[in-house]
Amino acid sequence: MFIGTTIYALINTAILALMAIGFNLTFGISGIANFAYGALYVLAAYGVWMMLNLLHLPYLIAVVAAVILNLILGALIYRFVLIRVRGQGISEVIATFGIGLAVLEMFSYFGWVGFEYTLPVLIDRSYIIAGTYVDMQRIIILVFSIFLILGLWFFTHHTSIGLAFRGIAQDERTALTFGIDSDWIATLSISLGAGLAALAALFIIPLGSISPGEGYDVLIKALAVCIIGGLGSTGGVVMASFIVGFAERFTDTYIGSHWTMIVSLAAILIVLIVKPSGLFGKQKELEERI
Amino acid sequence: MKKRKERIDRGIKVRSTDIFALSSWREMIYLALPRLLPIVGCLMLPIVLGVYWQKVLLSVAVFALLAISWDILAQTGMVSLGQALFFGVGAYCAGVLNHYWGVSPFITIPVAAIAGGLICTLFLLPVLRLRGIYFSMVTLIIPIMLVRIIEATKIFGGTEGLSGMTPLPSKWVEIYLIMGVLLTVLFCFRRMLDSDYGLVLKGISDNDRSVINAGINIYWFKVQSLFIAGSIGAFSGAFMTHVYMFVGMPVFVLDYSILPIAAAVVGGPGTLAGATLGAFLLVPMSEALRGFGGLRIVLYGVFLVVFIVALPEGIFHYIQRKYHQFERWVEVEK
Repeated sequence: MFIGTTIYALINTAILALMAIGFNLTFGISGIANFAYGALYVLAAYGVWMMLNLLHLPYLIAVVAAVILNLILGALIYRFVLIRVRGQGISEVIATFGIGLAVLEMFSYFGWVGFEYTLPVLIDRSYIIAGTYVDMQRIIILVFSIFLILGLWFFTHHTSIGLAFRGIAQDERTALTFGIDSDWIATLSISLGAGLAALAALFIIPLGSISPGEGYDVLIKALAVCIIGGLGSTGGVVMASFIVGFAERFTDTYIGSHWTMIVSLAAILIVLIVKPSGLFGKQKELEERI
Repeated sequence: MKKRKERIDRGIKVRSTDIFALSSWREMIYLALPRLLPIVGCLMLPIVLGVYWQKVLLSVAVFALLAISWDILAQTGMVSLGQALFFGVGAYCAGVLNHYWGVSPFITIPVAAIAGGLICTLFLLPVLRLRGIYFSMVTLIIPIMLVRIIEATKIFGGTEGLSGMTPLPSKWVEIYLIMGVLLTVLFCFRRMLDSDYGLVLKGISDNDRSVINAGINIYWFKVQSLFIAGSIGAFSGAFMTHVYMFVGMPVFVLDYSILPIAAAVVGGPGTLAGATLGAFLLVPMSEALRGFGGLRIVLYGVFLVVFIVALPEGIFHYIQRKYHQFERWVEVEK
């Protein structure tokens, strides 16, 4: 039981990191807390579902189309809404929250909830590892999130756009003098965040089903992980995913599934009391945030 | 030929507000009308309206109080996305006092307002040292997690909730109690925000570092603002508990978080009157749209985005400007 729980805790960690990484990327670069993140996640899932079941497109095309659609949508949100309230934290939060709310409640108004609203798993197979059943999808998630995080690290440290991201994150004005267009970078950051939300949905949704409630859940989990890890730090996200992921699984197994949320809440409150800027938060320092 | 819009204060505004020498009925009415209108309106409406719309008026007032509480927090630089926390904590305080010890509503409501404010302040104390966005995030999370905690631990009736509260003596007591509190809160806290104390609160949201530089402990002021907002929210929760004679997990639903924000944003943040106006517009509208069910919240979301982008000052400021100033197009000088 202990080994099984550990394996599932590892997978839970990967899921949490996958959920939080997009939100974290957007915030780390442009300082915009994208509260429409959960809605974008659900939107991508419903998008793929519609393309598969209503338009009968092949899986690969549907997936690529959904990710591109989310990328465009993220950019549009910045270009048409956020650009007008840029720099006003309150308005940014309210505007993105309003967008997210409208999208999620629209889906729940349609009543698209149920077991038929789910996405296919990539490979339908399962293995027994150390006496525990683990299906292929969960293993894929684990591997994929490791690659994604490494890929993001490579992207932000060794490509010119990635370096521009970090430049804006460190000091917007100095970055401007180097000819980095901060509006363009902010557009890209939201767009990429939305794209990562779509990717996360594609991998995680097959484990359950699509529902608007999932959107709120994802937003809250992403927020929890980001707060514990320190907003805008990738290392913090990984660390916090480990803490929350393991804490959730172990309370689930040994205490009861109702208590998992309480553990997360307690973790948030304790971290905020002990170390207000998060475990790896560099909110108070002028250091890089990616 | 380029033109620009020029805004100039009306003569009557200059005469009646700056010089303080009222010489005609017209000037006195000009000054008194904006104050008397809401007072008379709030006191007369319950008599004019039918039974159904009286109930709507109750929830208008409750949401107006929540919107005012949101606005006070927002003025201090803390954007709350979970007014349901204040509402719910107040509701449970009153509910528990009344259900287990049978305390009369006239004691539970004030006690719940104070205790609820204290509990909410304690809950959010860890977040106060952080700026802006963290506060929003934690306030968004806490009400949702409290629901799960009540579900898990089965305290206070668990998923069933507590029912059979003592109702208030009559519907007139109900409606005039909440109207009286709404008017008092509106005018008193508007005055507070205009005073030096309010200036400090606004300073914290504008530039907290310069307020620290002035030798003011901003955390103490944030705690006070949080307590004030929490108490107002908790009062409305406690009041609703006795109106519905029930308290349960629905007190933490999203409606109580979203509608107040939408009301404050639509009405115009920063004046409290705007928040009240917003509630008086949005709640009856949402009541009229009851047939559409969940689509109401979609509408709030759209309102939020449209108003934040297109009319960030809100309706109240717009009306205020029209009332005090006239506009004309003038040529741009070379």
